[in-house]
Amino acid sequence: MNINATLLGQTIMFAMFVWFCMKFVWPPIMAALDERKKQIADGLAAAERGKHDLELAAHRSADIIREAKGKAAEIIAQSDKRATEIVEAAKEQAHVESERIVTVAKAEVEQEVFRAKEQLRLQVSAVALAGAGKILGREIDAKAHNDLLEKLVAEI
Amino acid sequence: MTSEAITSADYIRHHLQNLTCGIHEGQIHCAHTAEEAKEMGFWALNVDTFAVSLVLGLVFLIFFYRVGQTAKKGVPSGAQNFVEWIIEFIDNSVRGSFTGRSALVAPLAMTVFLWIFLMNLMDLIPVDYVPYLALSLGLGHFKVVPSTDPNATIGMSLGVFFLVVFYSIKMKGFGGFVGELALMPFQSKNKLVQVVFMPVNLLLEGVNLIAKPVSLALRLFGNMYAGEMIFILIALLPFYAQWTLSLPWAIFHILIVTLQAFIFMTLTIVYLDMAHQEHH
Repeated sequence: MNINATLLGQTIMFAMFVWFCMKFVWPPIMAALDERKKQIADGLAAAERGKHDLELAAHRSADIIREAKGKAAEIIAQSDKRATEIVEAAKEQAHVESERIVTVAKAEVEQEVFRAKEQLRLQVSAVALAGAGKILGREIDAKAHNDLLEKLVAEI
Repeated sequence: MTSEAITSADYIRHHLQNLTCGIHEGQIHCAHTAEEAKEMGFWALNVDTFAVSLVLGLVFLIFFYRVGQTAKKGVPSGAQNFVEWIIEFIDNSVRGSFTGRSALVAPLAMTVFLWIFLMNLMDLIPVDYVPYLALSLGLGHFKVVPSTDPNATIGMSLGVFFLVVFYSIKMKGFGGFVGELALMPFQSKNKLVQVVFMPVNLLLEGVNLIAKPVSLALRLFGNMYAGEMIFILIALLPFYAQWTLSLPWAIFHILIVTLQAFIFMTLTIVYLDMAHQEHH
């Protein structure tokens, strides 16, 4: 347990260790730590910003949904109105159409009736001629009595 | 105990003897007895202290250096995490006690703490292992705990002392440093009275200054030496009874090992802080 040159050796060794530590050990680890600190701070700031953005987005989406609901209601109302209009128009058209069809049908029926009457008249005149012929006992000269016959037919 | 022929006193003496090598009677050789070591005078080297502290310092520095080279800012690996844990602990201690700005103090504190911690930790190696191993290698003595050698502790405290003086002069100028020693704590407006106070102040502040490295060195040395001594005394018990004392003492010693390293580091920081500060 004597004091000897070990003392000097230890002091020099100590100085060299401290120097090495200061030059090559402390700075890189500290730099990594600082960098990580900065990264974490950045990350936290980004998270904060993200939260804020999320809030904004939520607000905006609520607004958009409200707007969309309003628009949808408007569209439904419009379409309801339009549907009613269409139905009304269709009814109107159908009515007109039906009236037209009825008119046409009536005209046709009248024509048919007229035609049937005409035919009937001809047949009646033929029958009347035949009957008259029989009654007179001789052939009616069709040519001679044509005027008479036509008058008859017109009368019927 | 080594053998029945050796007395307890011999055993203890053997364990407390450094492997001192130097020039003795014209040739380099290692001392066999304490007297022989003493005769070598100042120019001898405690090879065991020197070698163990060198290896421990290199182990710590190389490990930290390698981690530092691969340190990433991302999620740290196990080794990096461990190193960062220590570095942050040191950094917090330095920030807490050191008010100035210096690139030296934190690495200095880390070197002090880890080196002393590792040197103290050697105390937990069972006291007989290393001396026997050394004996089988042909070395008569081998003290494996460098901090039980006053050369190691005084060597470190001298380093700290040089730094204290250096920074005192650097921060306050040579005049300021000497003034701090000579003009405090007793002050007077009267120039004549102040001159009378000067020697008293010099004595008080001189003692104050010298006490710093001395107390640093002797506190560490005393604690570790006493701890080592108790381990050696416990080793004198029969082998089956030793654990009843050595186990509690070893567990307690883990605290001392860390605490002494921490105290040395904290006082180093505080002394350097005082050197950086202007006295009011």
